[in-house]
Amino acid sequence: MLKVNDINVYYGAIHAIKGVSFEVNDGEIVTLIGANGAGKSTILNTVCGLLRSRTGSIEFLDKNLGSIPAHKIVELGMAHVPEGRRVFLQMTVEENLEMGAYTQPRSTIDPNLERVYDQFPRLKERRKQIAGTLSGGEQQMLAMGRGLMSNPKLLMLDEPSMGLAPILVEQIFDIIKRLHERGTTILLVEQNARMALSVADRGYVLETGKIVATGTGGELLRDEAVKRAYLGG
Amino acid sequence: MMTFLTNLVSGISLGSVYAIIALGYTMVYGIAKMLNFAHGDVIMVGAYISFCTTSYLALPAWVSVIFAIVVCTALGVVIEGLAYKPLRQAGSLAVLITAIGVSYFLQNAAQLIWTSNTKVFTSVVGSGSIKLFNGQLTITVAALVTVAACIIIMVALTLFTTTTKMGKAMRACSEDKGAAQLMGINVNRTISMTFAIGSALAAIAGVLLCSSYNTLIPTTGAMPGIKAFTAAVFGGIGSIPGALLGGILLGIIEVFTNSYLSSELSLAIVFGVLIVVLLVRPSGLLGKYVPEKV
Ligand SMILES: Nc1ncnc2c1ncn2[C@@H]1O[C@H](COP(=O)(O)OP(=O)(O)OP(=O)(O)O)[C@@H](O)[C@H]1O
Ligand SMILES: [Mg+2]
Repeated sequence: MLKVNDINVYYGAIHAIKGVSFEVNDGEIVTLIGANGAGKSTILNTVCGLLRSRTGSIEFLDKNLGSIPAHKIVELGMAHVPEGRRVFLQMTVEENLEMGAYTQPRSTIDPNLERVYDQFPRLKERRKQIAGTLSGGEQQMLAMGRGLMSNPKLLMLDEPSMGLAPILVEQIFDIIKRLHERGTTILLVEQNARMALSVADRGYVLETGKIVATGTGGELLRDEAVKRAYLGG
Repeated sequence: MMTFLTNLVSGISLGSVYAIIALGYTMVYGIAKMLNFAHGDVIMVGAYISFCTTSYLALPAWVSVIFAIVVCTALGVVIEGLAYKPLRQAGSLAVLITAIGVSYFLQNAAQLIWTSNTKVFTSVVGSGSIKLFNGQLTITVAALVTVAACIIIMVALTLFTTTTKMGKAMRACSEDKGAAQLMGINVNRTISMTFAIGSALAAIAGVLLCSSYNTLIPTTGAMPGIKAFTAAVFGGIGSIPGALLGGILLGIIEVFTNSYLSSELSLAIVFGVLIVVLLVRPSGLLGKYVPEKV
């Protein structure tokens, strides 16, 4: 589904991603783990077209994303729930969700809204509320719901559990598992490496812009170096 | 008492023009995060187009208004595409200086085409007026049309931004361009669209302004442009109701100082009020404050 081949990404003179390659197959949950500043968000932003790689290629559904602008990539069936939620604070909950369906035909909006409201009943209660007045956790649910409004084939989640109470983290991971069962392919970036690896089919470990280890979720959970660095011993 | 009412009416009418211009500033600022200093000069171009259509082509006034709107809309989109779009990644100072450059360019181009001689602009709504209170209070048709146009524009824009898909996409872009792109919104097209709307409004403002003042020179748009910019900041830049409130208040303040104090002081007072408002409420009268969650 997604093939990333030897990308190098720079912020001015800073070489943030150094020759990274990985792939995500149909129906998989793949996770990228790594310390703060390792380059996880940079990779997701490059895949969705907000940033550009100087080298290599990114293929999505056998299409080279090369110079396709970010807003067109969304139409191909990719949704990115960015780090820090980035919901539209001055718009209502429902308007935010409608924006998530921007590329979709009108007729799909209502059924999709229903589906998202089913998953996040809290959002339904607050559909007319301005997003800026939601709690942090509610905003995170909104960001995820917004990403789902386009029925994506590939859903990229950048730290969906950030700042959430443990019970909500469980809930987010439950939703991830359910989406997975329904066939959505997921690329997950998480600080919570243990949780991420336990739901993931495969994982990649990122260190200062390079991939240093890869394996199935189970393998990485048992790996000594990974344990020491990311799982607290 | 009648002087007071007369002043109030002309203040509201002048303020309505400022409000229409301020809308252009505020929408463009809200989305492109830039101060389009050339906006005032688009007003002037609109007025000249209308003038030429009626004087040289002898077409009816309403056709001239449509021509002005069409030409200014295209002009706005071209200015954005040629001058501002290449600077999307540049610092705001570079963009500001470019905008000032575009402003001088338009004024000088107008001088080349139409010379600097004052043109007599015939009101597009005729010179009629309504007399009230046994003729003690005169309200010109131009003033009435101006206020009506302002109200219609305000309502239309509010509906546009709250109910249409394009309008909502504009609001999304004004908040977070990156996130808007992730929704599949074409940010460049949305910015062009905003310039188109702002410039169309500038054309209308130009025609209305000159219908009240009846004279037209290449710098006609400069001063109203700066005042409307003040009005936009006064009301809260980025806010549509703010532009309306700021524009109307500014018009009233200006007319009243002209009448009761002196016309030399009116500008000083207008800007004095702006400074006081900004000291007390840095985001303007209706500027939005949204708490950000981290
Ligand atoms: N806009 C930017 N300008 C300059 N450097 C940046 C920018 N964004 C990120 N970087 C740098 O690139 C590197 C990778 O950042 P990135 O945000 O991808 O890390 P991350 O793995 O997502 O970290 P975290 O877990 O903290 O979110 C960091 O060293 C960071 O300082
Ligand atoms: Mg990150």
